[in-house]
Amino acid sequence: MAEPESSTAAAGGSRLRNACGGVLCAFTLLLIGVLAFSIRLFSVIKYESVIHEFDPYFNFRVTQFLSKNGIYEFWNWFDDRTWYPLGRVIGGTVYPGLTLTAGTIWWLLNSLNIPLSVETVCVFTAPIFSANASWATYLLTKEAKGTGAGLMAAAILAMVPSYISRSVAGSYDNEAVAIFALIFTFYLYVKTLNTGSLFYATLNALSYFYMVCSWGGYTFIINLIPIHVLLCIVTGRYSSRLYIAYAPLVILGTLLAALVPVVGFNAVMTSEHFASFLVFIILHVVALVYYIKGLLTPRLFKVAMTLVITVGLAVCFAVIAILIALVASSPTKGWSGRSLSLLDPTYASKYIPIIASVSEHQPPTWPSYFMDINVLAFLIPAGIISCFLPLSDASSFVVLYLVTAVYFSGVMVRLMLVLAPAACILSGIALSEAFDVLTRSVKYQLSKLFDDSPAASGDSSAESSSASTVSTNSAKNETRPEKTETAPKEKPSKKNRKKEKEVAESVPVKPKKEKKLLVLPMEASVLGILLLIVLGGFYVVHCVWAAAEAYSAPSIVLTSRSRDGLHVFDDFREAYAWLSHNTDVDDKVASWWDYGYQTTAMANRTVIVDNNTWNNTHIATVGTAMSSPEKAAWEIFNSLDVKYVLVVFGGLVGYPSDDINKFLWMVRIGGGVFPHIKEPDYLRDGNYRVDAQGTPTMLNCLMYKLCYYRFVETDGKGFDRVRGYEIGKKHFKLTHFEEVFTTHHWMVRIYKLKPQKNRVRGKLKKLKSGSKASSTNAAGRKKNPWQ
Amino acid sequence: DLVVTRADRKVDLTSHIVRVLTSLKVENSGPEAVSQFLLAFPNVQAKNLAAIRAFGTEEKVKGPSMVLPIEVVQPSGVPPELTFFSASLSKPLEKGKTLHLDVLTVFTHSVQPFPEEITQAESQLVVYQDSAQYLSPYPVKVQTLSIRLPGGRVESYTKYPNTKLAESELKYGPYEDLPPFSYSPMVVHYENNNPFAVAKEVIREIEISHWGNVQITEHYNIAHGGAKLKGEFSRIDYQSRPYIRGVSSFRHLIARLPPRAHSIYYRDEIGNISTSHLWSDSKKTQLEVEPRFPLFGGWQTTFTIGYGLPLQDFVFNSDGKRFLNITFGSPVEEILIEKLIVKVVLPEGSKDIDISVPFPTKQEQEVKYSHLDISGRPVVVLEKLDVIPEHNLYFQVYYRFNNISLLREPMMLITGFFLLFMACIVYMRTDMSISKNSPSYLAKVQWDEVQSIIQQIQAIFNQCLAAHDKLETSLHELSRSGDVKSCKVARKTADAQFKELAKELKPLLTSLQSSSQSYQIWPKVEELVAKERELQDKLMTRHSTVVDSFEKKLRGQDVENRIAAQQQKVAALRQEVESLLEYISEI
Repeated sequence: MAEPESSTAAAGGSRLRNACGGVLCAFTLLLIGVLAFSIRLFSVIKYESVIHEFDPYFNFRVTQFLSKNGIYEFWNWFDDRTWYPLGRVIGGTVYPGLTLTAGTIWWLLNSLNIPLSVETVCVFTAPIFSANASWATYLLTKEAKGTGAGLMAAAILAMVPSYISRSVAGSYDNEAVAIFALIFTFYLYVKTLNTGSLFYATLNALSYFYMVCSWGGYTFIINLIPIHVLLCIVTGRYSSRLYIAYAPLVILGTLLAALVPVVGFNAVMTSEHFASFLVFIILHVVALVYYIKGLLTPRLFKVAMTLVITVGLAVCFAVIAILIALVASSPTKGWSGRSLSLLDPTYASKYIPIIASVSEHQPPTWPSYFMDINVLAFLIPAGIISCFLPLSDASSFVVLYLVTAVYFSGVMVRLMLVLAPAACILSGIALSEAFDVLTRSVKYQLSKLFDDSPAASGDSSAESSSASTVSTNSAKNETRPEKTETAPKEKPSKKNRKKEKEVAESVPVKPKKEKKLLVLPMEASVLGILLLIVLGGFYVVHCVWAAAEAYSAPSIVLTSRSRDGLHVFDDFREAYAWLSHNTDVDDKVASWWDYGYQTTAMANRTVIVDNNTWNNTHIATVGTAMSSPEKAAWEIFNSLDVKYVLVVFGGLVGYPSDDINKFLWMVRIGGGVFPHIKEPDYLRDGNYRVDAQGTPTMLNCLMYKLCYYRFVETDGKGFDRVRGYEIGKKHFKLTHFEEVFTTHHWMVRIYKLKPQKNRVRGKLKKLKSGSKASSTNAAGRKKNPWQ
Repeated sequence: DLVVTRADRKVDLTSHIVRVLTSLKVENSGPEAVSQFLLAFPNVQAKNLAAIRAFGTEEKVKGPSMVLPIEVVQPSGVPPELTFFSASLSKPLEKGKTLHLDVLTVFTHSVQPFPEEITQAESQLVVYQDSAQYLSPYPVKVQTLSIRLPGGRVESYTKYPNTKLAESELKYGPYEDLPPFSYSPMVVHYENNNPFAVAKEVIREIEISHWGNVQITEHYNIAHGGAKLKGEFSRIDYQSRPYIRGVSSFRHLIARLPPRAHSIYYRDEIGNISTSHLWSDSKKTQLEVEPRFPLFGGWQTTFTIGYGLPLQDFVFNSDGKRFLNITFGSPVEEILIEKLIVKVVLPEGSKDIDISVPFPTKQEQEVKYSHLDISGRPVVVLEKLDVIPEHNLYFQVYYRFNNISLLREPMMLITGFFLLFMACIVYMRTDMSISKNSPSYLAKVQWDEVQSIIQQIQAIFNQCLAAHDKLETSLHELSRSGDVKSCKVARKTADAQFKELAKELKPLLTSLQSSSQSYQIWPKVEELVAKERELQDKLMTRHSTVVDSFEKKLRGQDVENRIAAQQQKVAALRQEVESLLEYISEI
């Protein structure tokens, strides 16, 4: 750095420093992006480049369809491979953001003649977007607390385990792009709030549109922003910038959201969006009040005020009354089940077993907080405190975001994902502030040491004074909205450069200039820095561990380490490959809904139910069939044209999330629609078991039989390694089903429905047991919804 | 007029591909020299004939043998149920001379499963039909037939005189002096559990990159061509006694890849298949691939094998042309490929393409676009039905290619990035606003000016503060050394510097005042100037008092007292100035 001799040189020097800082900042961001991308590649390195889990397979299939048939066909796609015989209108029931994003990337690459397969693009979409998300976090935090905090927050977000869990390479799910969209929308909102620029307001609406396209979680945005606006109004922070930040978002955003088929008129009809409209009205009233206040003298204003308030209140009450009447008239009070379960955590388990049956809809436990955000949980309070010193529009937004996200994450494990960015931003702020204070103290103490020596010549004092001004700057690098209004910050590099420079460059500074700053003793601050670095080190180690061990398993391929090396369980794909090559293209496969997406995507066979649980009755039918005795189940499946039944069984190798462990949900969901399935029939004294203590209903139901058919022959005892005991009924024969395929580790078993018996024999049987047959027949009719 | 003096046939029935090696001793008993030899096959067999090759050796058996060209002929006056092939002799066979002829014929689909459907526990029985006597348009003097069976059970076979079944070999003959076209059908029904691997279609893509790699990608669609599985497939039976329950199935295939094959992968459309093994030494690379599930009769599966080979092993130069020399068929052992498509992807910019294949194939050309291609890569497509391991012969593709073309893609990338950065630079350096006199634009320009002025002002003030510091240090010096003179000099220089700086400051201040954008900052700057002046004065006065008191040799205590008030004021002012400076710089 050139020592500025004259005034012009000084100006040039500071410009050079700015430029250097800018480049350094950009380079750091680039590295953060690379970090975010590469930490998510563990799954590819440890396993392979493959789509993970359940939902990503559906998204992958949709993307394949999109890339093959084009966008228009995609909107009109009626999928007859699923929900047989109902089918599903994919174009109108899917959030298209992710699919369109990956489809666009694929199309772009292919038009440049870079031949990547759709699968590769899908696998790497999530890591790419997490790099984007960390850049968006940088922008958002920069708006709130400056560049240093921004970089810190971006680096933390790049490797926060909670987000990694949803965005490892191959986890091709909506959340992967939605978190980016969420943060970016918040950034644009805060940016608009800070600048009052209509340009950013429009971008904000577009970004909101992208979020609506991507994920159902967009309702979080459209509720959080109104709450913040309301907060600003209540705390007297109303300004024209607030108006510009909010009004275009509501109007444009709602119009754009209504364009997405899956949202459509919901954008104005459902309760989730009411808050935004209400706040929109309030904002206008407030704007009007401020306008009138500017026009009138204080006395006139008071008169007008009372007038307006009386009229306004009357109108408000009328509107609210109408709204309440409207809302009350709909059965769910206008709220969809998932949203209701957000507000009332016990709602789902009470009323909607299908929502409660999904593990990610359960409330999280404390360890899962520690697992997912680790040390951030302890840094958040510090971040909140520093957000209040001083409180600006942007920092109040960040705090509000955190508070609401904490609540929602407490309701559903899945929403930890929304909490993660907030936690990262606040921890970034906290860490950056802490480093700032500590390094400043160190610098001060160092300079005091230097000052004792006669090195402090007059020549260096010019430099030192300028340096000290800058350092005092950075100490107070807060945004003052009054100033940023007229002066959009064009020098982000300055503070950043400070942060990077402080440790390396210890310019001799005159001590007296630092007097008013908070200064800690040398030892304490060095120790503090070291401790913070250690804390960061722990966080990094934990994140890498989480990315490598906990979250990288694709769940379709399982591995276990034994003494003689790595053992691979590739049974799912074995079964799907068998189905895909050795059954007829139009055969229908029945399985529990978890495996629906995978079956359609990997085996390309028609399924009865899948993970898009839109039709509870249909799922209940399959649940009923699985919990019925063989004959009744055969009748139900036969009426659905089912040819093969697929069950997942982990008893041989100890794979715990198999169908026997999920079976109670099948009973519950089936019993919810078909009352002859009663949960107590399957429980012995309230305990669910399949050993000798199991109830006869349990040991005779189809699921039990299909899972344990000839299982006893493996070891002679029928010891189930998941449940840890011997099974109850060991030797039995199947009468209506035959085994056609079982995978290597028995994890997937596929059975075929035996063809119908000859009519003559059936008649004879019926004649033999006249009255009995008629009664079972009646029961059969009741059981079977498709006859 | 030819007479076959001896015909020995060896039929190999160990796999599902039937190989018949016929050793013939031919004598010309007629008056004229004969230049071709006719081979006859019933149409049923000829339909399944995948390859036929004849080697001729004159006189001595151990002499050099040569491959004879073979073509289909239709001589007059022969039964229509027969198909004739004619082997052209290298030189006409003179009267009385003999010739040794070895004919290798390979048949596919000739071994039929019977019964056609079996359960998992049964082993696979197949039927092979042939003639016990050598079918020939020439009289045959002595002949034998030996059939090698895979071992195991032989259900039945046609019994003729001189038929013998020993171990796994079935022998017919010798028969003597049979007239032309003698034919006696024989059937053997035996157990054959060797893998009946039949590929419905194989697409083999050979992509040449002159960066040093030949990438081969092979897509297989494989089925078990034997007896179909009937009824259940029980894993427990298969696992507990695999060689009894499931004997007709096969679980793996072996591919012999060329040596130094690298980056080998084995996958299908839903991902990597983890069950494969690889051994390699300097002569070959052996890859054992296991499909996802064992293949029973009628089951099928698809997979893809890919590997890279070093360029210098397969692409050579000759007369300015380059040529690829590589085997045609698939590296998988004992596999019957019903339809093989070989695609040779040449690098972009290859010209003058010539193909030389040792057997007839259907040839086409197409264009493939890959990795940043503009004009596309020429692709030679060769298609052949019923390909067996005997077709694993080398074929050549000749083409011209200029090494300069290699640089095209890197250059394209470099240019692309260069242009991108250029565009960035241009965007940053140029004024992109549409309207040069819109209020917001003007405001921005003015604001930039104000900022630069403020920066200059800041620099000046910083210098002022530095001068203040110098004064302070001079005082310190004074208290230490008592050198009044140097202290006075310091004051003088400081005074001069202050004046100079004030001069510098003046134009800046006026321009700042005139600017419309500075309305917010101007009062602060004004305040700053005033405060700074005050600070200067105070410092000067204090300086002079200290120096004065020094000259008067006052006691330190008194001096302290005299300047204490000043000291405080100076400190306060200094702080104010600093905070103002800070405030300004923050804007």
